[in-house]
Amino acid sequence: MKILFVGGGMGGTIVANNVARRLAREVREGKVEITMLSATDQHWYQPGLLYVAFGKMALSDIVREQSNLLEPGIKFFVDPVEEFELAQNKVRTKGGVVHDYDMLVIATGCEAVYDEVPGLEEASETPYTREGATRMFKRLRDFEGGKVAIVVGVPHKCPIAPIEITFMLHEFFEKRGIRDKVELKYTYPIARIHNIENIANWAVPEFERMEVDYETFFNMKEVDVENRIVHSEEGTEKEFDLLVTVPPHRGMKVIEENNLGEGGWIPTDRYSLQMEGQDNVYVLGDTSNLPISKTGSTAHFQSEVIGENIASIFRTGLATREYDGKVYCFIEADKDRATNACFNYIDPPEIRAPTKSMHMLKMSYNQWYWSSARGLL
Amino acid sequence: MPETKVVDARNTFCPGPLMELISFMKRAEVGDQMELLSTDDGSASDVPQWIAKVGHELVTKEKIDDVWHITVKKVK
Repeated sequence: MKILFVGGGMGGTIVANNVARRLAREVREGKVEITMLSATDQHWYQPGLLYVAFGKMALSDIVREQSNLLEPGIKFFVDPVEEFELAQNKVRTKGGVVHDYDMLVIATGCEAVYDEVPGLEEASETPYTREGATRMFKRLRDFEGGKVAIVVGVPHKCPIAPIEITFMLHEFFEKRGIRDKVELKYTYPIARIHNIENIANWAVPEFERMEVDYETFFNMKEVDVENRIVHSEEGTEKEFDLLVTVPPHRGMKVIEENNLGEGGWIPTDRYSLQMEGQDNVYVLGDTSNLPISKTGSTAHFQSEVIGENIASIFRTGLATREYDGKVYCFIEADKDRATNACFNYIDPPEIRAPTKSMHMLKMSYNQWYWSSARGLL
Repeated sequence: MPETKVVDARNTFCPGPLMELISFMKRAEVGDQMELLSTDDGSASDVPQWIAKVGHELVTKEKIDDVWHITVKKVK
């Protein structure tokens, strides 16, 4: 059996390692061949970018060589897919190589896109890209006071980031001794300050304590760069001296170009994680069209399901697990405290008061992540 | 009758039904319709409120067996 993994980010790496460990004997015996195709030889721990943007981590802290993270039985090529020919069970890469497969896992992720909001890229800072996070830290370090507007695009990965960014901005300026010179103005696209009601209910008193102004039903339309005003689809506007954005995202272009999913979002069964209409294609992580959080933890829990099912199908012909929608997110608060949100398709999260121990757990996970990527945690 | 895309946001908490609707509207063409399925009772008020704010059309809204079926149309 040939198993092909397209995408070497968090989800692709975890699931490939999961399968390779489960089928290690079969790989050694030549009964299973595992291949991974990626656009890069580097593996970035994306949640670390938030810490880079606030000067708490360096870029070098959050990157590893992809090949060092992979089980020995995985054939790894830095040669991204350009064409998917699902009817023929094959893909063609940028390098012109054709890979056929018996089972395919697509984990190509998603990316920030700025073209939907004119002026946004030029005017804003963001922790969502490597260049952005580095630049944002310099802007924050040099900012001497004024209006800081936080604007949120739809959809985006890491849904808790808008809240975390705001908390961290408050703390950053407090530590710099200029919080009284900074007006924090948070905006959010829907009727409350976060899409998860329990998180919104918890965060509103925190915002009030931190003297953060907030406006709901604010969807970015365009940014007047010269006058430093961001306009919303709803007809309102926000002036700023510093604009921090969670940019809108789309699935990777190769997905849409190959007609696998509008906007780069692949239609996916929410339980089996199979691509709709394709029994031997699984979709993992951000690139699915599932109405669930686009987070690393989602990809991690999906990896466990897909990994177990691929191994089971190979050995018995049957899948054994279903994905229950599980997501787990740390939520950084302020004063070295954090809380968490754990939920699935049935149970909403219950938010507990932030603690220092939860923050230490998150700090520890920032290092443990590399073991997760290897499929060990 | 225009084709209506169905977005099943039942039993989802994050990003939630209204965010799914907003995502769809961004990609949709003028004239496209979407039927949002939601088990969140808040959708019954949030969705019409947002549709009214941005000037799209609320076509239908009904609750069937604990599921809200809300059809909206992109008009601009």
